[in-house]
Amino acid sequence: MALDKPYLDVPGTIIFDADQSRKGYWLNQFCMSLMKPANRERFKADERAYLDEWAMTEEQKQAVLARDLNWCMRTGGNIYFLAKIGATDAKSFQQMAGSMTGMSEDEYRAMMLGGGRSIEGNRYLGEDGDAQPHRQPQGARPAPRNKA
Amino acid sequence: MARITASVYTSHVPAIGAAMDLHKTAEPYWQPLFKGYEFSRQWMREHKPDVVFLVYNDHATAFSLDMIPTFAIGTAAQYQPADEGWGPRPVPVVKGHPELAAHIAQSVILDEFDLTVVNRMEVDHGLTVPLNLLFGSPGEWPCPVIPLAVNVVLYPPPTGNRCFQFGRALRKAIRSYPEDLRVLVLGTGGMSHQISGPRAGLINSKFDKAFLDNLSRDPKKLTRITHLEYMREAGAEGIELVMWLIMRGALDDKVDEVYRFYTVPASNTAVGHIILANRSGK
Repeated sequence: MALDKPYLDVPGTIIFDADQSRKGYWLNQFCMSLMKPANRERFKADERAYLDEWAMTEEQKQAVLARDLNWCMRTGGNIYFLAKIGATDAKSFQQMAGSMTGMSEDEYRAMMLGGGRSIEGNRYLGEDGDAQPHRQPQGARPAPRNKA
Repeated sequence: MARITASVYTSHVPAIGAAMDLHKTAEPYWQPLFKGYEFSRQWMREHKPDVVFLVYNDHATAFSLDMIPTFAIGTAAQYQPADEGWGPRPVPVVKGHPELAAHIAQSVILDEFDLTVVNRMEVDHGLTVPLNLLFGSPGEWPCPVIPLAVNVVLYPPPTGNRCFQFGRALRKAIRSYPEDLRVLVLGTGGMSHQISGPRAGLINSKFDKAFLDNLSRDPKKLTRITHLEYMREAGAEGIELVMWLIMRGALDDKVDEVYRFYTVPASNTAVGHIILANRSGK
């Protein structure tokens, strides 16, 4: 029988449950390996070769190479594991979290200093808060490039 | 006889540790936060415990996806600070209290809480940042620490009610230890925060403040908060607040609220901090 998942209607959120954990096992274990300095060095020297040592799916490898943490999470990654990639890149947790919103670092930092993201409109899918799917990515868009 | 004197609750954001390690605590961004802990550091000096029982969550550090214990107690003589990817934090080795830890494990398991017993693990910011917040950056920690790691990484964590009941069993265990020890129950995690996905940065101060009020006066009410409510109202990682109910369960029903501090933000997180003291625990 399938797992009961009453949390699927929380917008902008992936809960790391047993299904995600099964899907992401090797992705997350690869992340764990980055807790050793020698492995961080090997990964940085040749990311693709290092990833190929792990039984990850091609999509998971692409998601890591792209540093797209939302994509990593959809393929089973968990943020506490993925944080080891960010640490290897010398990124802070705030930079990692912010990168998942589409906001620039400054925009995200300013939102936090302003008291954080509001809960209003962000409790249930289908409301109109800034974390809802129809409002992604957040933050100011880069100006459209004019044709020369 | 050992006794529980008080419990202290605090958030454990890694950036707080980094701010201390990199000597940034006087910067305008961090000043309000560290100012909020000045009272507590003084209070800790005046009420120095013999042992700290520290409830925290491991952030995929000691426990990978290979093993995910729901409740794991450390019975080791010492615990090394882990390299979480940035290199190990420059903090002292954490000394354990193997005798009391083993006593607690035996007592609560016979009380039907099936703990995992851990004799070797490294400890991450979830454990060391709260020690820094309360003790500063000493050359060595002022007392032994018994770590209790609670799974909040893989859904589902233990329920709030289970955590509260566990706290009750913990209290019984500590009280039945023959040596005269003053035990402080220190707990970490929370408050509202979400550190992943498009909803990252979520803060619900109203939820947090109500939680602090009830923690002090009506903790039974908190045991009825469901996992779904934590995740929806306090963010995916706000569910860490179940750990606070272990500490609260270990205290008496009526407590004195010694101190409270709340600020937003520290990095991605709402920081809540409260000290509750047993009236009998002087």
